[in-house]
Amino acid sequence: MSNEVILSMRGICMTFPGVKALSNVDFTLRSGEIHALMGENGAGKSTLIKCLTGVNDFEKGEIFMGPEMRPIRNHSTLEAQKNGIATVYQEVNLCPNLSVAENLFIGREPLTKFGTINHKAMLNRARELMKKLDIQVDVTQALENYSIALQQMIAIARAVDMESKVLILDEPTSSLDDNEVEKLFKMMRALRDEGIGIIFVTHFLEQVYAVCDRITVLRNGQLVGEYEISDLPRLKLVAAMMGKDFDDLQSIKSKEDEAVSEEVLIDAKGLSHVRKIKPFDLDIHKGEVIGLTGLLGSGRSELARCIYGADKAQTGTLKVKGKETKINAPIDAMRLGMGLLPDDRKAEGIVEDLSVRENIMLAMQSLAGVVKRIPMEKQMEITKKFIDLLDIKTPSTETLVKQLSGGNQQKVIIARWLATNPDFLILDEPTRGIDVGTKTEIQKLVVDLAHQGKSVIFISSEIEEMLRTCNRLAVLRDGEKVGELTEDLSQESVMKVIAGGERS
Amino acid sequence: MEKNNMNKKKNINSHSILLLITVGLFILLYAAGYFMYGFGANAKGFEKLQNFLDIFRTNAALICIACGMTCVMLTGGIDISVGSLVAMDCMILSVGMENSGISPTLLVPFVLLIGIVFGAVQGYLIGYLGIQPFIVTMAGMFFARGMTAMICTDQVNITVDNWFKQVAGIKVYMPFELGAVVNKRGVKMVPYVNIPVIIALVVVVLVFLMLRYTRTGRSMYAVGGNQQSAALMGLNTKRTKMITYILSSFLCSIGGVLYCMNTMCGTTTQALGLEMKAISSAVIGGTLLTGGVGNVFGSFVGVLINGTINSLVSFNGELTRLGGTVPNVVSAFLLFVFIMLQAVFAKLRERKQ
Repeated sequence: MSNEVILSMRGICMTFPGVKALSNVDFTLRSGEIHALMGENGAGKSTLIKCLTGVNDFEKGEIFMGPEMRPIRNHSTLEAQKNGIATVYQEVNLCPNLSVAENLFIGREPLTKFGTINHKAMLNRARELMKKLDIQVDVTQALENYSIALQQMIAIARAVDMESKVLILDEPTSSLDDNEVEKLFKMMRALRDEGIGIIFVTHFLEQVYAVCDRITVLRNGQLVGEYEISDLPRLKLVAAMMGKDFDDLQSIKSKEDEAVSEEVLIDAKGLSHVRKIKPFDLDIHKGEVIGLTGLLGSGRSELARCIYGADKAQTGTLKVKGKETKINAPIDAMRLGMGLLPDDRKAEGIVEDLSVRENIMLAMQSLAGVVKRIPMEKQMEITKKFIDLLDIKTPSTETLVKQLSGGNQQKVIIARWLATNPDFLILDEPTRGIDVGTKTEIQKLVVDLAHQGKSVIFISSEIEEMLRTCNRLAVLRDGEKVGELTEDLSQESVMKVIAGGERS
Repeated sequence: MEKNNMNKKKNINSHSILLLITVGLFILLYAAGYFMYGFGANAKGFEKLQNFLDIFRTNAALICIACGMTCVMLTGGIDISVGSLVAMDCMILSVGMENSGISPTLLVPFVLLIGIVFGAVQGYLIGYLGIQPFIVTMAGMFFARGMTAMICTDQVNITVDNWFKQVAGIKVYMPFELGAVVNKRGVKMVPYVNIPVIIALVVVVLVFLMLRYTRTGRSMYAVGGNQQSAALMGLNTKRTKMITYILSSFLCSIGGVLYCMNTMCGTTTQALGLEMKAISSAVIGGTLLTGGVGNVFGSFVGVLINGTINSLVSFNGELTRLGGTVPNVVSAFLLFVFIMLQAVFAKLRERKQ
């Protein structure tokens, strides 16, 4: 293959209100290569793709297509398609109700001399195309009769048949099983050998090393670098994605924490949820802080939600305080003394239009039942107690939560759970988007809770933070719990397990 | 021949199965009527071919309207303005001919034009401004019904003799005197239909071909299947939607002309609830309210089913004597049973696979 540059993005800048999403990012794609675009969530992968396909309008920068470096700027995905850039998303963008052949050709069907659709010619061309790409489907059947994997392949076939030079695959493998992934890779390699340039966006490290030729890494909207796959072993890739910004905070964990009670509070065996989290075992002792670590999307939140019943576990058994229980819904978990602080504070945590008091009382009230209203006096008492205890900065108890800062909103949700006096708390990214001062406060609070004999699952993207607060770390990768770390907790050792593959 | 059959069997997908079930149940329903009101001592005329053709005659307008409704529902929308539009069309035709003495040669094209403009406005609001179809066509419904009353609040009967009336009176006899019977007075009666029926059948065929063989038709399916995907695949979804609503109102206006030919009058309460009959016919015929699935042939059968149920009720002497809304209740009950059977058969079929 000639390996000439077919796409070149130079100095792309893009700001969302208040956030610099991309700053001065370069990206180069050559023909006949599969190029991975890597980075954690929020690193700017999707934004960069959207700038390329015309969904987002970037502020500064240039895009050139083809060996002749023709400058282009797309304003819609259609325009991008005309320029030879096609995108296949995780959720297939085809019409499930139409036949495979129609999905391949709609909008550009072969016509008869009367201007009507020539179904016969369309079917024949569709069959040829499917045969060429080695996809085994009956083109007359409705698309919805086929698996997501096949649908994705059909979407790719459509893009290829429209003479796309650049094919963007945005998280195509998220809902596929190993077999299907292999088939997709086979197709990708075949297309690469024909000279198509493929941009592969994924968070599965293993898949990157299985199929890609080159990697570009983004972090916080900035280009970290472009690497040949052979020059960037896993560990370095993970380091590049996460960055190594150690903050200067000292360990807040004193040595005596290491002695954790023998009493097992939670004992999960083989819990799983289809496509979200593979079966895992996990036991949590009384007064223990256990950290779940792994890259974003590795199944950290999913594992926690599975225990809590936010996503009902489909297999396995769960023992709480030695008694086997079944959690069908979060309320069951709450009655057993659990609480969950979800990672999406805005969508799942606070209720924006309720006051601080009402937000704090939510969990207590739902435990008490809808009918038994908690007396206002008691409500005020509890609210004031937690405002003082957690130092929530709010003008009054009746201020609407949406008027508070992110950190104080987070404290309100923590107060909501503490008010129920739980034995076990799951904190999913409690410090995300919060200033450093509040971060430390929350970390201290977690350690304090453990001292009081409560157990905590702590999830965070910042390894440093986890090292400071947790007694033990469970590591997840690609929706599977791959290991536990109790001793020798260091950034290096944790990242090694997160990266995987290079087992000693 | 046998190979051909095999292929056909393979091609039947889950969507056409619903249609097959519907056709099968329709035949059953008609057979039931035949044994109740058309057999031996009970013979009341249900067995006659003329009775079957009468279902077409009374529902010619509904067939046209249901075709338009099917297209709209395929795109995932709904058009509840059709009943009122029919009333307005009838009123314009009646008042125009009877009170103003305008020739139907002018009036009929005028009414059809109104349909196109009416649909274009609704289609623009829905397609380009993205307003909910239900809200837009509800406004259209109130507007058309209000206009009908503004034109005239009394019932206007068409008595003037012109081609409109003459065409309405033409009987088209069955070829080869098919199904002819000799009545008590010894006169041979050949079953017949009228011009509206012929027009309605032509509409069904044309819309069927449009949906299957034109890009616009396929775009309607695509928009209903997944609008966002359709747009990403390069289809002009906004224009498709607008065209669909224009088509619906245009077909509805054809239906209005046919309706007027049948009733020969215009009143403010005419065609009340016709939109719901059109929707139910389409749904019975296998069109999904969520869009993307269905075809006009199914809706056509749906109209026939609705018509047969009404016919069955009217053959029951006791029900007719009770009068009032009792027959409506019975029709509703039969419709309910029908839909339930349909669902049960579809479920059984699913389980088998």
